[in-house]
Amino acid sequence: MNAANEVGAQIAKALSQVPDPEIPAVSIVELGIVREIGLKDGLSWVSITPTYTGCPATDVIRQNVRVALDQAGLEAVEIRTVLTPPWSTEMITLEGREKLLRYGIAPPEPASGQAACPRCGSRNTMEISRFGSTPCKALWQCIECREPFDRFKCH
Amino acid sequence: MDNSLFCSLVQLGDDCLVLGQRLCEWCGRAPTIEVDLSLSNLALDMIGQATLLLDYAGEVEGSGRNADRLAFHRDAEQFRNALLVEQPNGDFARTIVRHFLYATYAEALFEQLSHSRDDRLAEIAAKTVKELRYHAEYSADWIVRLGDGTADSRSRILDGLEWHWRFIDDLFHDDESWIDCAERGIVPLRQALRTDFEQAVGAVLAKAGLVMPEKVRGVEGGRGGRHSEHLSMMLAIMQVLPRAHPAATW
Repeated sequence: MNAANEVGAQIAKALSQVPDPEIPAVSIVELGIVREIGLKDGLSWVSITPTYTGCPATDVIRQNVRVALDQAGLEAVEIRTVLTPPWSTEMITLEGREKLLRYGIAPPEPASGQAACPRCGSRNTMEISRFGSTPCKALWQCIECREPFDRFKCH
Repeated sequence: MDNSLFCSLVQLGDDCLVLGQRLCEWCGRAPTIEVDLSLSNLALDMIGQATLLLDYAGEVEGSGRNADRLAFHRDAEQFRNALLVEQPNGDFARTIVRHFLYATYAEALFEQLSHSRDDRLAEIAAKTVKELRYHAEYSADWIVRLGDGTADSRSRILDGLEWHWRFIDDLFHDDESWIDCAERGIVPLRQALRTDFEQAVGAVLAKAGLVMPEKVRGVEGGRGGRHSEHLSMMLAIMQVLPRAHPAATW
């Protein structure tokens, strides 16, 4: 492994340990917020993208990334914010989706039909509110087991 | 400095900021907890959009102002928002009508802006339009639910339409800076979006069993800084803290 690859791997490792502040069950990498790890001409950078323009977690994520990089001895790595292409729920990794489900949040699904209850799996569910506890989630309830649950909005 | 671009960005950013602040006034007061969350979420989106647009405006201006500086240290006559968005909340139905009219307009506008010749504006718009689709859908759902609801909810929606319809000309006004940007392919002319807007509004109203409001003589002036007294009162509350402690950071 050459030096550049090694730095890239160190950055990737540091980032994989940064949880999302609002959904700590998944890392920012699994959530698809990390867009690029860049290495060029002795410079290194990480590009992150906001989920929603007004998401209050964006600033916290930036700070947490800084701390994680610093702790890994990567103080020189620059953090950049990019908007293009806009973040979409399709960028959440497969592993991220499974972790969301285990955490009790119905992961986003491409077809906007009935959400499956993360507790009992039933699709006999209803939307209570299109806006939930954070900008990225809607509030649903399972009609079978009565469990109220968050559903990641398809975005 | 590209003054036309600066002015146009301020118009876009001020619409988001002022409407976002208005929606924040609902926090803790909405009819149900779900509605409270919804309105706060809409507000959050709009403050986020305002931050992106006004930060960019500050960069174009090049005098060191950022979104916070523009938001908190301008007086009402320096704001360039449309009159529609500064209207007081009124009851829930009136707030919903205001949001429905804005979101229907803005969804079409930002869709076009996502193809702007200005790359930075295009990427902000591409992000924003995804959020606005939710806003338009959410408020249209409520228009149908209230318009096609009880006699009381219907009359409140009608009242909201009657109150806000006079500000539609102002919403679609293209001033000199905007026209200059349109000629350079940076923005679309708002007037060009109006027919589609009226069709979209009409379709939702028809679903709610309502008809389009009669044509009225519009009140204009927002893009030129001529605002209603409501804006000053709103800004007084929004700006009091940063004005009292201008050097504070948090």
